[in-house]
Amino acid sequence: MFASEVIAHRLRTGCQTLRYPAGPAPSLPDRHGGALRLDAARCPAGCDDCLPVCPTEAIQRASDGTVVLDLGRCLFCGDCVEACPEQAIQRTGDHRMAVRRREDLILNGPGREEARLAKALEEKLLKLFGRSLRLRQVSAGGCNACEADTNVLGTIGWDIGRFGIQFVASPRHADGLLITGPVTRNMEMALRKTYAAVAEPKIVIAVGACAISGGPHRDSPEQLNGADSVVPVDLYIPGCPPHPLTTLDGLLRLLGRLDENLQRVGRGS
Amino acid sequence: MNANTSSTAVLGNGSAVAWRDVPELPVQQLVDLAAGQIENGGRLCAWFGVNEPAGVRIVAVIAQDAENALLVARSEPFSGGYEALTPRHAQAHLFERELWEQHGIEPRGHPWLKPVRRDRGDGPAVVDFYRVEGSEIHEVAVGPVHAGIIEPGHFRFQCAGEEVLHLEIALGYQHRGIEEALVNGPDRRTWSRVETIAGDSTVAHATAHALVMEALANVEAPLKAQWLRAIGLELERVANHTGDLGALANDVAFLPTSSACGKFRGEFLNLTALICGNRFGRGLVRAGGSRFDVDTARSKRFAEQLRAARAGVEEAAGWLWDAASVRARFEGTGMVTGEQAAEIGLVGPAARACGLVRDVRYDHPAGWHRFAQVPVAVWPGGDVFARARVRWLEIQRSGAFLEEQIEGAPEGEERVAMPEPGPDTLAVALVEGWRGETCHVALTGARGEFRRYKVVDPSFHNWTGLALALRGQAISDFPLCNKSFNLSYCGFDV
Repeated sequence: MFASEVIAHRLRTGCQTLRYPAGPAPSLPDRHGGALRLDAARCPAGCDDCLPVCPTEAIQRASDGTVVLDLGRCLFCGDCVEACPEQAIQRTGDHRMAVRRREDLILNGPGREEARLAKALEEKLLKLFGRSLRLRQVSAGGCNACEADTNVLGTIGWDIGRFGIQFVASPRHADGLLITGPVTRNMEMALRKTYAAVAEPKIVIAVGACAISGGPHRDSPEQLNGADSVVPVDLYIPGCPPHPLTTLDGLLRLLGRLDENLQRVGRGS
Repeated sequence: MNANTSSTAVLGNGSAVAWRDVPELPVQQLVDLAAGQIENGGRLCAWFGVNEPAGVRIVAVIAQDAENALLVARSEPFSGGYEALTPRHAQAHLFERELWEQHGIEPRGHPWLKPVRRDRGDGPAVVDFYRVEGSEIHEVAVGPVHAGIIEPGHFRFQCAGEEVLHLEIALGYQHRGIEEALVNGPDRRTWSRVETIAGDSTVAHATAHALVMEALANVEAPLKAQWLRAIGLELERVANHTGDLGALANDVAFLPTSSACGKFRGEFLNLTALICGNRFGRGLVRAGGSRFDVDTARSKRFAEQLRAARAGVEEAAGWLWDAASVRARFEGTGMVTGEQAAEIGLVGPAARACGLVRDVRYDHPAGWHRFAQVPVAVWPGGDVFARARVRWLEIQRSGAFLEEQIEGAPEGEERVAMPEPGPDTLAVALVEGWRGETCHVALTGARGEFRRYKVVDPSFHNWTGLALALRGQAISDFPLCNKSFNLSYCGFDV
C-alpha cells in the first residue's frame, strides 16, 4: 500500500530542502565554472584570440583598444577561457552574478573585473515585497531551459516558498514579472499586456542571456534583443540558463535576504 | 518497397547526397510519390521548400522504417500552387501550411490553410478558428500566457458544457527565426542557436546537427564521442520523463510522486552537468565529436549518483502505479487510437503509447545506438495511462542503458578536426529525442554554406495528437492530457 510506504519514505529522508542560505551555498558542478572574471591588464598587446571564439560576440574591443566582456551576452561556454593564452579571462566558480543595472554585467577595466552584484530593492519596495513576492512568469521566446530551471526552484530541494516567493497564475495577483527569452516579435504584445496588468509598484526580472541581450538570437529580426527593450528591468540574472542557485541568489539579493557573511565562496580554478 | 523508389535517393540516417543526385520530379509526381510511399508504410519526416531562381522546389524526406531507409526526392522549381498532399494524407497538413507560409506556394485543396507561426501584428492567434455553431456551444480561449512557468501558446476549445468537441492549437509565439538565422552558416553562432531550438532537447538537436555536419564533411565522430552523445541523449530522456511523471502525478493531486520526481529530475540534470558543466547538455556535442571527456573517477561518481537517482524514481513511480485514484484518472483519458496516430504521423512516446513500434534508435540507428541498443517501449491504449507507462518503461530502460554504458567507455579521442562542409550537398539526420523524432536537413550551396536548414522538432508532428486527444474529453482534463504529451512550443516555433 503506497500510503504507508510514503510515510516511511518521509521519515527516512526527513527534510530534503537545502540549508542555504542559512548554511553555505552548495558548489556548482566543477565543469560549470560559474561567473567569469576579466583581468584586461593581462591581455598581451594585439592579442585577439578570445574575440572570434565567442558565439554571441560578448567579447568586444572598446574604442580605446581594451577588451570588454559582457556577461549579459555570455553563454558561459568557456571557449574564451580556453582560447586566452594569459588567463586574462578566468572562471571564478562563483554562482553569484545577478545585477541591478545592465552596465554592471560589463567587465571593462580596473574595478570592473567582475559583475557588480545586485543590491537590495529600495526601502519602500523592500517593505512591500521583502517578505512576500508574487511573480508572474512570461516566456517570450525562451527555449524552456531558463523556464525549467526556474521551475526547479519550486521543488522540495529548493523550496522558494520558504522565502515568501511564489509564482502565480495571473498578472493581477503578481508583484512583478520574471521574463525569459529574447522577446520574440510574436510575444511583444502579450508581454506588454501582461506587464500592464500587474499593479503598481511592480518589478521585472530578466532571466538568462536571451532575456538580457537576445543571447544566441541577438539581432535576429524575429526578436527584440531582450526584455528591457520592452519593459524596465530591475534585476538581470545571467546564464544559459542560469543555474538555479544563481537565480535564487539573485532573488534573495533583491529582497535583501542574504547574510553576506555566509555567502563567501571559495575561488575555483 | 514501392517501385517508386527509383525516383528517390535512398539515404541512411546521418548521410549525405549530392544535390544534383536527388531525383527531380514535376511537383504533382512528387506528391504522388509521397502519397504512394506513405500508403506503403512510409512516414513524412520533412516536406519543405528551397528557393531557386526559377521558383521554389519542394524537398520530401520520407522514412521507410522497415527498410532502415530515408527516401529523398525534390520537385522541379515551380511557382503558384499544386494539388495538396494533405487531403490524401493528413500527416502533411502542417508541412503544407508551413510551405505556404514560408514560400507562398499554395497547396490547393488543403482543408485548413492558415499560417503556422506568422503574426499580423496582434499575435499569431488573431486569425479565424474552426467553430462549432449552436446555442449550447461555448468557446474557451486560453493563452498565450499560461498559468504556470510554461511557454506561450493559444488553445481554442469548442465546448458543449464540459465536453470538448474540438480543440485548435495556435502557436508561433516563440518563433525566433532560427532556420533563417542558420542560413549562410555554419558560423560561430550556429551551435548556440541549434542548442536553443528546444532547451529541454538540447542533446537531441545538437546530435542531429552534428550528424548533419559530419555527413556534409564526410567524417565520422570518434567512438568516444558517439558514446558520450548517447549517454547525454538517454540522460535527457530520463530527466524529462521523470519530470513529466511527477507533473502527471501533480495534475491528479498525487503529491508524493510529484515531489519526489521533481527532485530526481534535478539529479539527472546534475548528471548531465557532471559531464559537461551544464544541466541541459550545452557544449556536450560538437561537430566532429564532443568537448568533454569522462575519466574513470568521473564515471565512477556518475555511476553512484545514477544508481541513487534510479532507485529514488523507482520508489516514487511505485507509489503512483499502486494508487487506484491515479489509475482512475489516467485510464481512458485523452484517447488517441492507433489508426489516428498512424494517420497524423505521431512520433516518439506518444506514438508508442498507441501501440506503434516507431523509434529512430531502432528503425534508423546512428552513432552509438548502432552498437548498444535500448529496447523499444510500446504500450497499447493511447490514453494518458499508456503515455505515462511508456515514459516509465523508458526511464527504466534508458536508466539501465546508462548504468551499463558508463562502465564501458571506448578508447580514443573524443574529437576529430572537421573539414569544411561539402558544397551542393544535402544531408539528413534523425535522432530519437525524448519527445520523438528530431529531424535536421541541411542543404549547402556552392561554397559549402547552408543554403537551407530545416528543423523538424517531434512536436511538429505531435501537437495534432493532443488536439485529437481532447475530443469528447472534459475540458478540465486538458492539463492532464497536455502534460502526458508535454510538447515543445519553441521546438515547434523554431
